[in-house]
Amino acid sequence: MHPALQALVVVAVAVGGCIAYFYASNLILDKVLFPARGLNAGRNTTRANLIRPWLFLAPAVGLLGLYLAYPVFATAWLSLYGRDDSFVGFENYRLMFAEPKFGESFFNNILWLVVVPAASTAFGLLAAQLTDRIAWGNIAKSLIFMPMAISFVGASVIWKLVYEARPAGQDQIGLPNALYVWFSGADPVQWLQLPLWNNVFLMVVLIWIQSGFAMVILAAALRGIPEETIEAAILDGAGPFQIFFRIKVPQIAGTIVVVWTTITITVLKVFDIVLAMTNGQWETQVLANYMYDKFFRSLDWGMGSAAAMIIMALVTPILIWNVINARREMR
Amino acid sequence: MDATAGKHVMDKIAGRKSGLVWAVHLSAFALVLLWVVPTLGLLVSSFRTGDQIVGSGWWQAVSTQVQQLAAVRIAGEEVARDGLFVIEGQLFAAGTEVNAWGTSSVQPEAYAPGAVADLDGGVTLTVAADGSFVLSSPATMADLRMPRVFATAATPPEFTLDNYGTVIASPLAGQSIGQAFINTLTVAIPATIIPILVAAFAAYALAWMEFPGRALLVAVVVGLLVVPLQLALIPLLQFHNWIGIGKGYLGIWLAHTGFGLPLAIYLLRNYMIGLPRDIIENARVDGATDFQIFTRIVLPLSFPALASFAIFQFLWTWNDLLVALVFLGTGNDQQVLTGNLVNLMGSRGGDWEILSASAFVSILVPLVVFFSLQRFLVRGLLAGSVK
Amino acid sequence: MADLVLRGVEKAYGEVKVLRDIDLDIKTGELIVFVGPSGCGKSTLLRMIAGLERISGGEFTIDGVRMNDVPPAQRGIAMVFQSYALYPHMTVHDNMSFALKIARKSRSEIAAAVDKAARILQLTPYLDRLPKALSGGQRQRVAIGRSIVRDPKVYLFDEPLSNLDAALRAATRIEIAQLKEAMPNSTMVYVTHDQVEAMTLATRIVVLAGGTIAQVGTPLELYERPQNEFVAQFIGSPAMNLLPGEIVGIGAETIVRLDRGGLARSAVPTTVVDKGLRVSVGVRPEHLRETDGDGIFQGEVAITEALGEVTLLYFTAADGAAPVVAKLPGIRSDLRHRTLALTADPEKVQLFANGTSLLYR
Repeated sequence: MHPALQALVVVAVAVGGCIAYFYASNLILDKVLFPARGLNAGRNTTRANLIRPWLFLAPAVGLLGLYLAYPVFATAWLSLYGRDDSFVGFENYRLMFAEPKFGESFFNNILWLVVVPAASTAFGLLAAQLTDRIAWGNIAKSLIFMPMAISFVGASVIWKLVYEARPAGQDQIGLPNALYVWFSGADPVQWLQLPLWNNVFLMVVLIWIQSGFAMVILAAALRGIPEETIEAAILDGAGPFQIFFRIKVPQIAGTIVVVWTTITITVLKVFDIVLAMTNGQWETQVLANYMYDKFFRSLDWGMGSAAAMIIMALVTPILIWNVINARREMR
Repeated sequence: MDATAGKHVMDKIAGRKSGLVWAVHLSAFALVLLWVVPTLGLLVSSFRTGDQIVGSGWWQAVSTQVQQLAAVRIAGEEVARDGLFVIEGQLFAAGTEVNAWGTSSVQPEAYAPGAVADLDGGVTLTVAADGSFVLSSPATMADLRMPRVFATAATPPEFTLDNYGTVIASPLAGQSIGQAFINTLTVAIPATIIPILVAAFAAYALAWMEFPGRALLVAVVVGLLVVPLQLALIPLLQFHNWIGIGKGYLGIWLAHTGFGLPLAIYLLRNYMIGLPRDIIENARVDGATDFQIFTRIVLPLSFPALASFAIFQFLWTWNDLLVALVFLGTGNDQQVLTGNLVNLMGSRGGDWEILSASAFVSILVPLVVFFSLQRFLVRGLLAGSVK
Repeated sequence: MADLVLRGVEKAYGEVKVLRDIDLDIKTGELIVFVGPSGCGKSTLLRMIAGLERISGGEFTIDGVRMNDVPPAQRGIAMVFQSYALYPHMTVHDNMSFALKIARKSRSEIAAAVDKAARILQLTPYLDRLPKALSGGQRQRVAIGRSIVRDPKVYLFDEPLSNLDAALRAATRIEIAQLKEAMPNSTMVYVTHDQVEAMTLATRIVVLAGGTIAQVGTPLELYERPQNEFVAQFIGSPAMNLLPGEIVGIGAETIVRLDRGGLARSAVPTTVVDKGLRVSVGVRPEHLRETDGDGIFQGEVAITEALGEVTLLYFTAADGAAPVVAKLPGIRSDLRHRTLALTADPEKVQLFANGTSLLYR
């Protein structure tokens, strides 16, 4: 069967199945198992109500447990096994730490983690403030936000053209090189091969994408600042920059942190950009790509799992922070 | 009616300097320009031929180019006319407009169109604006070395839809983009609809049903939001192989459902919690079961949140590369648009006309969804993010 | 200390004029209260003085200097906002010193000013707290402290007591009165919708209605000699009774025959041309007293409200008309459903023709 048709059938089956499951299970619970009739009506209703939440939750909990919770442990377990399926303990980690490519990936990831969230949040804040007070603000916001809609691979193609270098003497087709050659007269530069700076140029792509996200959220936060605090600051004699940095930004500090941490998570997952633009060459490798390499090129599932666990370790502080915050809010 | 309602506080106060307002507009414009230019570059390139793209920057494509053309050596049949020996012909392609021309590389723009150049030995040459030339000499030029003509001409902007035609119609890199498009659709739609169903019920339970362990479950969901899906790839691939579905659509639908559930539950629960308590309690007092409350009250009222997540998830699955590479395989008949594009970057990375058109075909649907349903996407992002 | 002068000040949003013909002379040391119903423009007027709204027409000067286009920070003005507008991320001390830091005052100057204000407002133990750790009354004092620290020429208050509960409102009102006593040379402009605040705090009251000034005067002037029916009914609670009638007797004491029967005697002098004039007779509930004779009017008491100190009597009204209200001392619930005749001292009886008081013709 053609997959598209298959998809339609699956959707129909899934939707029907879900509805059927929820309806039937509730029905069985209420009518068969614990009917609200007769002597035990009260007790039955109570019991039914105790069980019912779990009926609602069962599919979700099952899928979550299987697709997200179990793999954490399974990967941890896998990382202790070698290529020949023998238990090797922490050997994989030891080998991995010794590989120069891993060190390069780790260092690059730290670079990405330091630069991208900060830059994206800063640009997002700037964009949010600038577009807040102009008549064409919504259009401006749309255009800056647009890169979030396209795939990372699409973005990679766009920026590959930007960074393109034609041979010396010919017309340049990427703006940076065109400007560079025009101003300095020197030969065009292979931006993505420059040591250390090529990482920055790759980061620009993610900053370009994520700033829109930061902007949307920070714009809403800015709108939420009580106007009277700004009026009070105006009366106190503060200028626009003083108001922005000393009155507005501190009041949205919580939101800034949320934006920062969310982008940090995305940065740790970045894989498509590096894969598409340099595939880790010229010392641009990052952990996610390194892991993919181990899994599907070297077919070394043990080491790949070890790399995955390193990514998990980097993410854990944020995980703990978010959970603590969520619990605090629920109180 | 207050006409300044909605105007920012800074615009209403006395003594405001207009200089600041202009600075804001300019800065905003510069920022937007910076953001739009990269995409614009690729878009313009997708409408140019391969030669054009590599020959000149895309920003030059929109204006009439005055370019120095390559030197052309005159050639043609010599005829006798009016006592002179004449060679006539066309130097350049039709439509070219010659601005200036010359016969030596030192002075390539010595003459205006239509002017007559005196060459050695009484030979005259004239080149017209349309690129036609007349070379005449009192004596035969059979043994003469034909002069070269240098010219600067204005080539008008030239655009083509050929790239899109090529990309859509013919299979490239062993796999047509049309097929990839359908495959991506096949992946995205079920992967969007199924998580919503499962998550809606769970979100309702976590929002409006009392049971022990509820707070813990919510914390678990929040925690799982952060877990990178790279961790799940190998164990799940093994699992899929073990239960016999291997690589394929069923596997990727399940995977995307699993990966999308934390966000779905989080978004939907946040929204459901904000629904008026009175309505739900009223329904309970009236004797409605939780199932009825959910299907008849909460679900319809939660439509904005459902829409937000749907758009989010649709874009996410459409744009995803990693999950597709792992769970769907790279076989030609199952490749999705992102995989297709990555392959093209590798195999035909220099063919910008193909690459740009393919890229835009692959991002067309997300862009349409984005611009038409932006409101919902933004609302989804804001849920729970603004403190 | 400063003199404020407004001449012909108006405010328009597009075509709509929300304020017009505002002429005011505010002298140094006065506490002027802008009072009026919601939407009358009092807050807008205050914000125009502050510079937070532009002045559409007319002139506004402080000490003779034109202020229309001067930015707010340079007007020598400090404002206490309705919701206090404290900077939530700064301590009380930083809130109060913010303006001085912007003005680049020396650290010792700042410390001296903040300490002084904190002492006056009893905020010294709270200097290191954040606003969210303060009660409503304390936050309000910080807002006032923020203004004092800047030693401005004019203090502006925008409904500062609205967000407090009733008991706190009374106590804080006294504190503000005491503050004004302590700063006799400071000019204050105060906006409220509560006429009790207006009557107790103001040196003069400006009653605003429908975008213009209804009357300017001391509290007692407004109470005893209102210029028009609006002011007459706005000041005093319950509102003044207005009974329609026709002038039948002129002279130093005017006699009015009321439409619903009864004769009213007023100390407002009238002349021959006023004979037969249709007027509204205004008598405050607290000025009505029982009488054995016919009095100004007679009626049946429909409802009594015994408040302990006084009793409010609501008389049965003809269809659609507002009931006549009387305020008698003590507990008089015994008067329910009784027919009563009431009279009032002619000095306390006002006369209004076409809405305007005959005293101000």
